[in-house]
Amino acid sequence: MISASLSMLPAAIINGLMYGAIYALVALGLTLIYGVLHIINFAHGAMLMLALYAAFFLFHLFNIDPYVSILIVTPCAGIFGYMIYRYGIGPLAKGKDQNILLITLGLSIIIENGALFFFSGDQQTVNLSYGFEAFDLGFMYLSYPKVISFFAALLMCAVLWAAMSLTDMGRAIRAVAKERQGARLVGINVERIFAVTFGIGIACLGAAGCMMLPIFYVDPYTGNIFVLVAFTIVVLGGMGSVVGALVGGFIIGITESVGGLLLGESLGQIGISLIFILILIFRPTGLFGSKV
Amino acid sequence: MTNFRNHLYFLFMGALALIILPYFISSRFYIDVLTLIFFTAYLGQSWNILGGYAGQFSFGGVMFFGTGAYVSSILLTTFGFPPIFGIFLAILGGAFLGLIVGYMSFRSGLRGSYFALITLAFAELLRVLANSVEFTGGGVGLFLTYAPGLSNLQFETPVGFYYFALILMFISIAIVYWLERSRFGAQLVAIRENEDAAEALGINTLKCKIYAIMIMGAMGGAAGTFYAQKYLYLDPPIAYSIHLSVEMLLVTIVGGMGTIFGPLVGAFVLHTVNEIARHFIDTPGLSLIVYGLILIVIIGYLPNGLIGAFKKKEKKSDSTSLDKKTSREDP
Repeated sequence: MISASLSMLPAAIINGLMYGAIYALVALGLTLIYGVLHIINFAHGAMLMLALYAAFFLFHLFNIDPYVSILIVTPCAGIFGYMIYRYGIGPLAKGKDQNILLITLGLSIIIENGALFFFSGDQQTVNLSYGFEAFDLGFMYLSYPKVISFFAALLMCAVLWAAMSLTDMGRAIRAVAKERQGARLVGINVERIFAVTFGIGIACLGAAGCMMLPIFYVDPYTGNIFVLVAFTIVVLGGMGSVVGALVGGFIIGITESVGGLLLGESLGQIGISLIFILILIFRPTGLFGSKV
Repeated sequence: MTNFRNHLYFLFMGALALIILPYFISSRFYIDVLTLIFFTAYLGQSWNILGGYAGQFSFGGVMFFGTGAYVSSILLTTFGFPPIFGIFLAILGGAFLGLIVGYMSFRSGLRGSYFALITLAFAELLRVLANSVEFTGGGVGLFLTYAPGLSNLQFETPVGFYYFALILMFISIAIVYWLERSRFGAQLVAIRENEDAAEALGINTLKCKIYAIMIMGAMGGAAGTFYAQKYLYLDPPIAYSIHLSVEMLLVTIVGGMGTIFGPLVGAFVLHTVNEIARHFIDTPGLSLIVYGLILIVIIGYLPNGLIGAFKKKEKKSDSTSLDKKTSREDP
């Protein structure tokens, strides 16, 4: 039993890396929002679920390949995030940390049950023509969608990193993250930057949703599964750290698949909440903490 | 109005009305709804002690409920231990879990959102554990046998459970009533308002917060036994469901955090809204959408909940009257 598990270990690690890149993209949105706004978006999972549904319906109704719909869903998600912060969360929260937590909690309840109301509770998946084709690595098969999603997620992370370091908007966002008051003094519209950052964070979810659709099923509760995963990655990597989100994503992806292999389907899920608790207790700044 | 502001009189009349109410209601449906309202108000009150008074929001309050439910149910199914004593072990179990979670998270200085999230993770951890080990019945769950009798805390009529829930709720109100008048309660409020200042004043904030979460845990444990004996079935998704965690904080926030009657008012309003919404459109999800909207509206516009909104109006109108001394509820 154990030796059989060990021989499958490399395969589990590679699988974990594939998932890890997508998790990283989900966590990237969360960590960016935290790093700049210093708020925790509890509706992150619910918004991811919306993105999955968007990609699903684009495929289902218009036969658009999920990887192509990245180009549609990502900007739409960005605009959605911008609007919802600018006209919803921002004005309602009045700058209180716990208020935002509760408002985004309310938002996640509305989104989740709205999806249940409109889309029913059935699990949905897409059947892609290349969905079952796979690369043969000798010791394991790696399906096309996993590989495509892996590289697409890494590419998204690189694009985000480049946008944050090279564009004026990125510079303004980093300025607000570092020194809110100072940024305001040099003429940056801080409220607008907040909304833009929230939009970018949700846009990451839009892209992640499209990449996940070929691999995962979607139902109204899908977000719940990923919300704790995303928080764990963000806390592990350090709130607000982009590198941390990537490394954390890989660690959590590997933990999940190796944990599932060694401890079994049920107990294997324990790794994520355990890591979350231990990190918060022993090293709340995370591995790469305290910087954007 | 003057009479109503007399606190104890109001309390007494309200309690009496609730005690005699079942004699006037023959519908099983209304008794069940009221039982559920008391049960949620009770859980909300447990959340209120840590969240409303001490200002520490937990997103995983369900863990005490679930643990208490498992303690008394496992004792009953494996050892035949009667739940009327089992409920006290469930209370102890909940308090002990509160001690562990409180010590671990408060000692490492977790506050605000971080504390909320770590309680969520603890509840999730316990759910996975309960799903994986043998003695909880794993994913299959635990089935309790129906054998009405006081020693089993099971009753032949819904009215029995009505009184069970009512007693729990009365106890919870008594605890918070005591809290508002005690030194300990004042210390919790000091922590809520400014933790560093409270620490500087010599309050042992760590100890106070741990006591508060232990009280919450103890109360949650008893609620678990109530639930298990009423519904006779328990599995990990029920015992550690995030929805119950959310409902606890929801009723408290809607009614008014840090007030004696907030959770009861919130539970009453939300359940009424729920039943009305279900009456018109019986589609899954709709009532929860309304819950979410109410939560956002309350946070945005009525941060002190319905009770806070009502009080503000009352205060405005009686700023000219002379009997301010009798309104003691405002700190």
